[in-house]
Amino acid sequence: MIDIDTVSYDTKIPNNVGLSEDRRVLKALEKWHPGYIDWWKEMGPQGFQDSLVYLRTAVNVGADGWAKFDYVRMPEYRWGVLLAPQEEDRVVPFGEHLGEPAWQEIPGEHRALVRRLLVIQGDTEPGSVEQQRHLGATAPSLYDLRNLFQVNVEEGRHLWAMVYLLQKYLGRDGREEANDLLMRRSGDPDKPRMLGAFNEATPDWLSFFMFTFFTDRDGKMQLESLAQSGFDPLSRTCRFMLTEEAHHMFVGETGVGRAIQRTCEAMKAAGIEDPNDIDSVRALGVIDLPTMQKKANLHYALSLDLFGSEVSTNAANAFNSGIKGRYHETRIDDDHRLVDDTYPVVRLVDGVPTVVDTPALTALNMRLRDDYITDCTRGIARWNRIPANIGINFEMTLPRQAFYRQIGEFANVRVSPEGTVIDDATWAAREGEWLPSADDGAFIASLMHAETEPGRYAGWIAPPRQGIDNLPGDFEYVKIET
Amino acid sequence: MNIDFETHPKCYRHWRLSTAGQTATLTLDVDEAGGLFEGYELKLNSYDLGVDIELADAIQRLRFEHPEVKVVVMRSGKDRVFCAGANIRMLAGASHGHKVNFCKFTNETRNAIEDASGNSGQRYLAAVTGACAGGGYELALAADHILLVDDGSTTISLPEVPLLAVLPGTGGLTRIVDKRFVRRDLADLFSTTEEGVRGQRAVDWKLVDEIAPASRIEEAISARANAMAETSQRPDDAKGIALGSLDRVFSDTGVLYSTVAVELDRESRIATVTVTGPETDPPASADGLAAQGDHFWPLRAARELDDAFLHLRFNERDIAVVQLRTEGEAATMLAHDAFLDAHSENWLVGEIRLLWKRVLTRIDLTARSMVALIEPGSCFAGTLAELAFAVDRSYMALGPFEGDNRPEAALTLSAMNFGPYPMSNGLTRLQTRFLGDGAALQNAVHATGKPQDAEDALALGLATIILDDIDWEDEIRIFVEERASFSADALTAMEANLRFAGPETMETKIFGRLTAWQNWVFQRPNAVGEEGALRRYGTGRQPDFNTERI
Repeated sequence: MIDIDTVSYDTKIPNNVGLSEDRRVLKALEKWHPGYIDWWKEMGPQGFQDSLVYLRTAVNVGADGWAKFDYVRMPEYRWGVLLAPQEEDRVVPFGEHLGEPAWQEIPGEHRALVRRLLVIQGDTEPGSVEQQRHLGATAPSLYDLRNLFQVNVEEGRHLWAMVYLLQKYLGRDGREEANDLLMRRSGDPDKPRMLGAFNEATPDWLSFFMFTFFTDRDGKMQLESLAQSGFDPLSRTCRFMLTEEAHHMFVGETGVGRAIQRTCEAMKAAGIEDPNDIDSVRALGVIDLPTMQKKANLHYALSLDLFGSEVSTNAANAFNSGIKGRYHETRIDDDHRLVDDTYPVVRLVDGVPTVVDTPALTALNMRLRDDYITDCTRGIARWNRIPANIGINFEMTLPRQAFYRQIGEFANVRVSPEGTVIDDATWAAREGEWLPSADDGAFIASLMHAETEPGRYAGWIAPPRQGIDNLPGDFEYVKIET
Repeated sequence: MNIDFETHPKCYRHWRLSTAGQTATLTLDVDEAGGLFEGYELKLNSYDLGVDIELADAIQRLRFEHPEVKVVVMRSGKDRVFCAGANIRMLAGASHGHKVNFCKFTNETRNAIEDASGNSGQRYLAAVTGACAGGGYELALAADHILLVDDGSTTISLPEVPLLAVLPGTGGLTRIVDKRFVRRDLADLFSTTEEGVRGQRAVDWKLVDEIAPASRIEEAISARANAMAETSQRPDDAKGIALGSLDRVFSDTGVLYSTVAVELDRESRIATVTVTGPETDPPASADGLAAQGDHFWPLRAARELDDAFLHLRFNERDIAVVQLRTEGEAATMLAHDAFLDAHSENWLVGEIRLLWKRVLTRIDLTARSMVALIEPGSCFAGTLAELAFAVDRSYMALGPFEGDNRPEAALTLSAMNFGPYPMSNGLTRLQTRFLGDGAALQNAVHATGKPQDAEDALALGLATIILDDIDWEDEIRIFVEERASFSADALTAMEANLRFAGPETMETKIFGRLTAWQNWVFQRPNAVGEEGALRRYGTGRQPDFNTERI
């Protein structure tokens, strides 16, 4: 009886980690699995649990054909445990263990550190699913609905990935943490998710697109750094997660881009030249560009907070221990130890944001944030081609990094998007120009209506240039009634 | 820099003290930029000596100024963090001497919390609503009841061993097993788990008393505070007295208070502390006491003596020997003792007696050689005689001194020498002095109230050495010079061994282990060496340990 269960269970979990031979971890995952399904049903997408969704499922880690597309009911999605292939003779690429063979088990002295990193990363995955659970009701198209669910099930799989590492490598502690990942709830005052940005509401689809552009990009940077890890299973896990994460950022970037496109097209058609003529633009049933800028400001600032304090002992420990590297560590031309190096960090000196040279090991959060900012800047530049091509004079910009911060050096000062420190009165007077107001939210909410006909798109967003899996935009990506 | 131990709620930078009826709230909201020294920021509600000086002041004021307060809620003014403990960079940069004295003072402050609760019915509730690590958890441990928010992430921890290669410095290890009765194996798990323990497990392991969800934490705090207030015997209608600022003048050669004088001879490394006994009779009634308020001699002298010893400990670190002298009318001193004895039920008298208890304990725990000089005209009677039993030895003048018309030296015991001022071992100084010699203690009891001259005092074992005026100055000079020539470390260790005969209590264990183990660890290269954990902390580099077990 047990054997049958084991076999059938194992076949339900696509994996390349030899789960069927690893009875201890298999048993742990078996125990965890029902709780996960309960969590998915309770906190996963609201409604649509019986709908057939055209989803890709990771089935392999090979370069060709790692995913396969098919209709699936979300609770039956085959969440798998997949690690990128093991590289032979891989060594720890940075820190004080530089050049030693990469670890296949967690060295005892780094147990607490790895546990903390896995739990924090793991906690974000279900957190974002919970934040987005009600969005299905207002999806602007079946195409977007599918993309939402794809992101959701893959965040779910990323949770599995972290849970596998916790259960495989951290014993009893790991199992407890794995259970607690299912207990916390986004925005719940009693058991909130661990990071602030994952307790914020995702009230509408523009927020969702901004979230996947900005906040999932933080996720990408974190995964990139962990993919460098000297703890090889963590590295391999994160490398595979990155292949999926790319789609999430694609959803965000194209989602915002399509909203910008639709607004610019509508303005052009109506002969409105001034992007700041907000009332006229809104009267067209599209989201005005300044409001999109405000949304971007908000999500960008919240996402910068996710990098933690500019100067951080934890980050230094994680690097020096060989557990968490830098973005593209192996492509950086330096000694990969950083013991005597410095890095410029923007700090608040006598009330003025000032660049201060800081020991490089303690400045790693700052460095990763700088890489993140560069990455965001490229995406913004791509957005800006859209109004330019249509002939609307508007450019999105990123606020300075001291703007609207809750964590780190600038948590206790008011700073304008241009980086000027201002007093509370000035902030209060101008906040509405820089961050979305309740009125902005209400206006966006008024546009959020579900489009459930294949090929139809809500009026505030343009159709995609092409569909998913080389299918057309009017493909029935979600069969709502089955 | 002179560290000043006097402060006032108006000057606090790190704590907020508020009272509402029978509940007081002490909110820790550390000013990052408000460190006592340069070179560190007090992040995450971490503390240095300056933060603790304010706490000690608040605890003291609550007892004298707010008799109506029956429960004190300690909590954090910051989100997601209760207290991260002593600031690591401060510790890493501090001299060994400062660290030791810092730890001693913070321990005395936590003991003062337990004294307020245990002896004066002002109960303490620690409301832990965010990360509570190291010294932060030790602060909570001083409270009667620890209420922890159960939000899935808030932990309590003692990460000193795994993270810093030192020990919790304010009695954490002792209190978990001796006060909270955490099982030793669970205590071992807890004290080596850097990330700490949260939620129900913290209750199961007895690390906290209660957990409450975040959405109902305020409700839980006030319900618990009210329940704790019910258990307090403090009066409902008493009116507090204000503790005014100390009357004191600092100079190059010492400090002059209204009842205490500190004279420094830096070349010989001697401090002479002279306490002048009361000059007027005690008030006729408890009402008269309230009218005198903080001018009442026993209260004034205790506060001044306390400040003087803290000053010596921190600001005059090179002083080897403290000579304790008294002056005044023994009869007036004894009249005050009689007042303190007769009105022991009065809340304010109770607080003053307990303050003397704490001040005398502070003297016991001061790492200097101490000697009492019982001279003609001195006032070693009752409460002030206790000073002669706190020191390492006493010299008493025999017979009249030539050209000195003051009364011959005498020593008089009162009821105050037999109970109200126990040492940290739980015994009176005389019980400790005559440990294992019940007859000697009985003889002392029989001598109560009668002035003892030098020969009687020597016979009773109350004085160490008696000298006439021919030998007095030379003998004392030679003693002091010889004492100052010994190793300061060896003296500190020897004195601590000899002062605390008798049973162990939680308090003696805490100080003994602090002195022995923590201060040992603090000296070892694994902690403070160039490659040690304290020095490497914050750099990201792993410490390089010497692995030899000693």
